[in-house]
Amino acid sequence: MLLNIKNLHVSIDGKEIIKGLNFSVNQGEVHAIMGPNGTGKSTLAAAITGREGYEITQGEIIYKGQVINNWSPDKRANEGVFLSFQYPIEIPGVSMTNFMRTAINAKREYLGKTPISAKEFLKKMEANKKLVQIQSKLTNRSVNEGFSGGEKKKNEIFQMAMLEPKLAILDETDSGLDIDALRIVANGVNQLKSEENAFVVITHYQRLLDYIVPDFVHVMYDGRIVKSGGKKLALELEEKGYEWIKEQFEA
Amino acid sequence: MSDKKKDNHVLEEVTTGEYKYGFVTKIETDQAPKGLTEDTIRFISKKKNEPDWLLQFRLKAFRHWLTLEEPDWALLHHPPINYQDIIYYSAPKPKKELESLDEVDPELLDTFSKLGISLEEQKRLSGVAVDAVMDSVSVKTTFQETLAKHDIIFCSISEAVKNHPDLVKKYLGTVVPYTDNYFAALNSAVFSDGSFCYIPKGVRCPIELSTYFRINAANTGQFERTLLIADEGGYVSYLEGCTAPMRDENQLHAAIVEIITHDNAEIKYSTVQNWYPGDKEGKGGIYNFVTKRGLCKGRNSKISWTQVETGSAITWKYPSCVLLGDNSVGEFYSVAVTNNYQQADTGTKMIHLGKNTKSTIISKGISAGKSNNSYRGLVRVSKKADNARNYSQCDSLLLGNQCGAHTFPYIKTENETAIVEHEATTSKISDDQLFYCQQRGIDMEKAIGLIVNGYAKQVLNKLPMEFAVEAQKLLAITLEGSVG
Repeated sequence: MLLNIKNLHVSIDGKEIIKGLNFSVNQGEVHAIMGPNGTGKSTLAAAITGREGYEITQGEIIYKGQVINNWSPDKRANEGVFLSFQYPIEIPGVSMTNFMRTAINAKREYLGKTPISAKEFLKKMEANKKLVQIQSKLTNRSVNEGFSGGEKKKNEIFQMAMLEPKLAILDETDSGLDIDALRIVANGVNQLKSEENAFVVITHYQRLLDYIVPDFVHVMYDGRIVKSGGKKLALELEEKGYEWIKEQFEA
Repeated sequence: MSDKKKDNHVLEEVTTGEYKYGFVTKIETDQAPKGLTEDTIRFISKKKNEPDWLLQFRLKAFRHWLTLEEPDWALLHHPPINYQDIIYYSAPKPKKELESLDEVDPELLDTFSKLGISLEEQKRLSGVAVDAVMDSVSVKTTFQETLAKHDIIFCSISEAVKNHPDLVKKYLGTVVPYTDNYFAALNSAVFSDGSFCYIPKGVRCPIELSTYFRINAANTGQFERTLLIADEGGYVSYLEGCTAPMRDENQLHAAIVEIITHDNAEIKYSTVQNWYPGDKEGKGGIYNFVTKRGLCKGRNSKISWTQVETGSAITWKYPSCVLLGDNSVGEFYSVAVTNNYQQADTGTKMIHLGKNTKSTIISKGISAGKSNNSYRGLVRVSKKADNARNYSQCDSLLLGNQCGAHTFPYIKTENETAIVEHEATTSKISDDQLFYCQQRGIDMEKAIGLIVNGYAKQVLNKLPMEFAVEAQKLLAITLEGSVG
């Protein structure tokens, strides 16, 4: 099992957001996590990636057989956990090229490897730029600075392709994307999908799941996964909305 | 400690880093007795076999200094300086005349290689002529032959006094008169050595000129005096860089740099300043009171100051441009980093006197630890300076919440055709930025280095290539400190 989350409780500033969540992912699987706003989907992503301020008060996150509750975010990243940010961050003055090279070499250093050669790096950049149809002028710019919403999201998938994660979490990657950009992003994900890695796709809408077909769909409500099923569950949600879930749990 | 807890400590640790260049070179010194009187000045002048006019210049400056009070308008706090407790002259004893690098004291060469700036490497790899200043006296000057071919004079100011007295007499004290300020008067009275450069008419200096400074003997004030002149159509890029060994007592440093550009001439002056900043508790460190000023004397002339300031316990420094010639251009690009208990009050003055004169100010302050970082700048447009233009951008970046950043821009215009723009921002390295980097596998310490270098890029880009690389490392070292 790649990821196994047991009875997870997460608080922000003393307020419990995730309230006993169980969730597991095997290699080669695609999981979709759906649910209304404010039910803890992004908090789950933050807890898995080790963001400061997200306090695990109870439970375990087990990744590749090890409890990672206390691992630093960079250690998790270098062990293959990747997050496609809902709101990618701008870093003025740091070119995308420099940023990517620094990130790749940080991982190589962690794994005890020598830094990537300039030639190999550029080859990789070119290949992945094509994959997400990102223009060279963007990779020459500062990280996410002056990027449109769609470009930022494509840039997240580009970074994912560059870093070759084992577990990729896509936090609302579809929000703010037009249909063409959505196709490009989904196509990128599908090409990167393999028997070795796994994807967790957090989304509000069924739309993205037409392009990235999930093996499992989970519904989050009030800090827990309250319903799991196959691809059909997403269609059912699309049809009925989230109200029936709410009613079921608030009754 | 768990990784996550460790991370919480990293920010604190990187902002309480200690100086990495603390070591002392053992070289015999020949020094003046402590204290400052007319006798001290006569001693210095005699030691250096100076002509009488220079001794008189020093004495006039000293008498004027006695009438002055130390300025207190800067946002700087330090215990009073006892000017009678300072040794004003100290020189390594020359054993014999040196013909090549092989003859230089191996211990001195070792010092340079510890700093990663060995003369040999510099000479071979970068094509930079180095005038290495070690405790007041120039020890070694290289590339003289290349320079001689272009009739460029580049030597210590002591040598210039001997060999080119007319030039020194003509320009010394014309941009920064000894009456200018307290520290300028002090420097004029006791200056020990420094660099002199003269670029003749129509000559573009083919190599970057560079001086490395080190303060080395205990209790020794360092009073550098630099004079650079580019005659009509001349051009030179001059680099000044320094690191100093660790010291417990405070050391006073009061330098003067004077620059003059004639018609169509240009001088670029780049500095990387890394004097000992004191320890984590704010004990020790260099007091750096510097007067740097350039005079764009001729039409279409240009002076650029680029500085990366990472060291010193106290920095008081305002590299300025007096834009006298019509169409002349002044530029100031600065990155000032303060950490622990460091204090910096730095900026520039752009004095527009000629018509169509232009100036640009880009200042990037970075404060960490419990430090205080102030930008202080003056843009003045005089009555006759028609169509003067200035653009100023002053940014401050804060690391942690115990440091301070301040901006004091002064603008005085007496000519209504002037266009003066000022922009200022204050920002923090956000948790979002740090987490974004960390999520990509970049640890906290490297992330801070990356973000800070990105922030300072606009200024670092103005430095010559080799210097820019060194400056980037220095920024990272200054903030990384003891981690790793």
